[in-house]
Amino acid sequence: MTTPKTLYDKIWDAHVAHEADDGTCLLYIDRHLVHEVTSPQAFEGLRLAGRNVRAPEKTIAVPDHNVPTTIDRESGIDNEESRIQVEALDKNARDFGVHYYPVSDIRQGIVHIVGPEQGWTLPGMTVVCGDSHTATHGAFGALAHGIGTSEVEHVLATQTLIQKKSKNMKVEIKGKLRPGVTAKDITLSVIGATGTAGGTGYVIEYCGEAIRDLSMEGRMTVCNMAIEGGARAGLIAPDEKTFEYCKGRPHAPKGAAWEQAVEYWKSLFTDEGAHFDKVIEIDGEDIAPVVTWGTSPEDVLPITDSVPAPESFQGGKVEAVKRSLDYMGLSAGQKLTDIKIDTVFIGSCTNGRIEDLRAAAKILEGKKVKDGMRAMVVPGSGLVRAQAEEEGLADIFKDAGFEWRLAGCSMCLAMNPDQLSEGERCASTSNRNFEGRQGYKGRTHLVSPAMAAAAAVTGYLTDVREMI
Amino acid sequence: MDKFEKFSGIAAPMPLVNIDTDMIIPKQFLKTIKRSGLGVNAFAEMRYNSDGSEVGDFVLNKSAYREASILVAGDNFGCGSSREHAPWALSDFGIKVVVSTSFADIFFNNCFKNGMLPIILPEEQVEILMNDAEKGSNARMEVDLEAQTITSSDGSVFSFDVDPFKKHCLLNGLDDIGLTMEKSSSIEAFEKKLEIERPWL
Ligand code: SF4
Repeated sequence: MTTPKTLYDKIWDAHVAHEADDGTCLLYIDRHLVHEVTSPQAFEGLRLAGRNVRAPEKTIAVPDHNVPTTIDRESGIDNEESRIQVEALDKNARDFGVHYYPVSDIRQGIVHIVGPEQGWTLPGMTVVCGDSHTATHGAFGALAHGIGTSEVEHVLATQTLIQKKSKNMKVEIKGKLRPGVTAKDITLSVIGATGTAGGTGYVIEYCGEAIRDLSMEGRMTVCNMAIEGGARAGLIAPDEKTFEYCKGRPHAPKGAAWEQAVEYWKSLFTDEGAHFDKVIEIDGEDIAPVVTWGTSPEDVLPITDSVPAPESFQGGKVEAVKRSLDYMGLSAGQKLTDIKIDTVFIGSCTNGRIEDLRAAAKILEGKKVKDGMRAMVVPGSGLVRAQAEEEGLADIFKDAGFEWRLAGCSMCLAMNPDQLSEGERCASTSNRNFEGRQGYKGRTHLVSPAMAAAAAVTGYLTDVREMI
Repeated sequence: MDKFEKFSGIAAPMPLVNIDTDMIIPKQFLKTIKRSGLGVNAFAEMRYNSDGSEVGDFVLNKSAYREASILVAGDNFGCGSSREHAPWALSDFGIKVVVSTSFADIFFNNCFKNGMLPIILPEEQVEILMNDAEKGSNARMEVDLEAQTITSSDGSVFSFDVDPFKKHCLLNGLDDIGLTMEKSSSIEAFEKKLEIERPWL
C-alpha cells in the first residue's frame, strides 16, 4: 500500500519539475497572477536580461491596488506615481503578451476575485501572485501563495518557483454554524485561537462540516486570511460545489476536457490516515459573530465581549496591547457594542464577492445609514458590480445611503484615494487592521459584511443577530 | 547578472549599528516601477535635508566617498522590513560589497540575489578596516571573491567565509533565474507530461 497523502502532498507531488539533493524543488506554476504594485521591477528585470515570459498564456494581469473606485475614474488617475504604476502594467502586459484586464474592462477587479471569476483558478493547480492574499485561491483545492518581486520575475521567466515543502496543518470546523455566523467569523476565530504566527511554516487544510457547508464565496473568505494566521497557504478539498462554480467559466475546460478534469479533481482529497504535523479542532457552534479590537488580526473577540485589559496577556503582548489600545483609542473593559463607528467599508478580496453584498444588503433592506456616517460598497470586480445591480442590491445600498463604487482594492489599503483620516474609526470587511493600513492613524475593526451593515445602521459595532 | 570580478575600490565608513532598510531606502520610494535609479534615494533621510540639499557631513556626500563601492558598517546591517528595494538602492549607488560583523538574514540573502557580496568579519578586523576606510579616497581596498580575501590599503589581508554555492553563483553571474534556466530540460519534460496528464491546463 502507498503511504496516505494529504491534499497538500498530492498537489505538491504533482508539480515538482526538479528536485535537488538537499530537497530544494522547482515547483511548476500553473497560473501566475500579476498586479501593478509588485510587478514593474520584475518585468524590467526580464527586459534587462533579454528574457521573455515563458508561458504568457498562463499569466494574467489586472490593475487593482492603485485604481480609483469613483465613477469618474475614466478621466484618469490623479496621483502621478499610481498612474505610472498602472501605465507600466498596461505596457508590460501588452509587450509580453499576457492576458490582461485593463481598468476600462468590465472584468477588471481585485486580482483574487477576477482569477476565480474568469475560471483561471481551478482545483489542483499551483497559483502564485506577488501578493500575500493569493491564499484566497486555496478555496478551490489549489496550492496558492504570495511571492516577492524577485520570485515574480523568476516565475515569469521560468514558470517555476524554487521551493522547499512546508508542513501540514489541519483545521477542522466541526458541526454547524449558528445563525448570523459567517465565513469571516470562522477565519477570524481561527486566527484568534492560533495567533498570527500559529500557521508559520505550514500549509493549512480547512475541513469539517461547517467548511463543507460554505459556498465557494465563503470558502474563499476563509482561505483569504490563512496568511493572517502566518500560514504559507490555505486549502479546501474540491467537491461538487467547487465543480459547479467552475463549470462554464470562460477559462474552465469544456466538453471532454471538462469530464477528464473533474475525474482528476475527484482524487484531490486527504487520504484516510494521512499525517498532519498539527491539528486544530473548533466546534462550529462555539463561533460567534466577532470583531477585532486591536491592531493585529489575532486581536479578535465575540461582539458580546468587552475590550480586554493589557494585563490579561503575557510576555511581549502586554506592551503590544497597551500600544494598540492607545492607537485604537479604546480602554479596557469598554463593551465592544459601545464602540462608535465613523465609517463602514464593504469590499476587498476577503469580502467583495456577490454573496457578501447579498448578506449586507439583506440587513440594510428598508433601513438607513446612521446620520453623519460615511459608508461605501466597493464590489470586488466589475462583474460583481453588474450582477449586484441586476439583483437590485445596488439600489438597496444606495437607498440606505451607501456610496456605490467601481471595483478595486479601495480602502482595504491606503494606496489609492480611499483612505481613513486621522482617528477615523471604520468597521471594515477587509483583512488587515495594522496601524496605518487604511490611512495614517486610521482605526480599523475587522468584521463580516452583515456585521458591517449592522454597524452602518446603528452607528456602533453591533451584534447582527439582533437584526435578523 | 554581471559576474562578480576581483576589484579594488574606495570604502566608506558607516560605524552606526542597526542600519535598517528604512534608513537605506525610506518607504516613500517604494511606489517606483524600477529597481534601477534608486541610488540617488539611498539613505535619503540621512543624506538630504528637507529642502533637498545635501547634508554636508553625511559620509557619502563627502567628495572622498562619492565613488565608494564598499561600505564598512556597524553590527546588524540591513535589519527591518524585507523590502528588496534596499539592496537595489545600494547596488544602484555603486556599492558592491558591505563589510560588517553581522547582517539581517533577509537583507543578507537579497544581496546575493542582486549581485552584491556581504562580508562578515570578526569585530577587531572590521575595526581595522573601518579605520582604513576613514583615510578617504586614496585608501583603496581590494576584494577577491575567488580567494575569499579583502585587502586593506596598507596590505593587510583578511579572509572571509562564503557559502560555496552562493560564491559560485556570484563568480559566474548566475542569478536564481539563470540557474533555473540551466534546468530547462526538466521544465520542458514536465510541461510535456502535463500536456498528456492534465491537458485542460
Ligand atoms: S483587496 Fe486588500 S488584501 Fe486584497 S489584494 Fe487588494 S489590497 Fe490586497
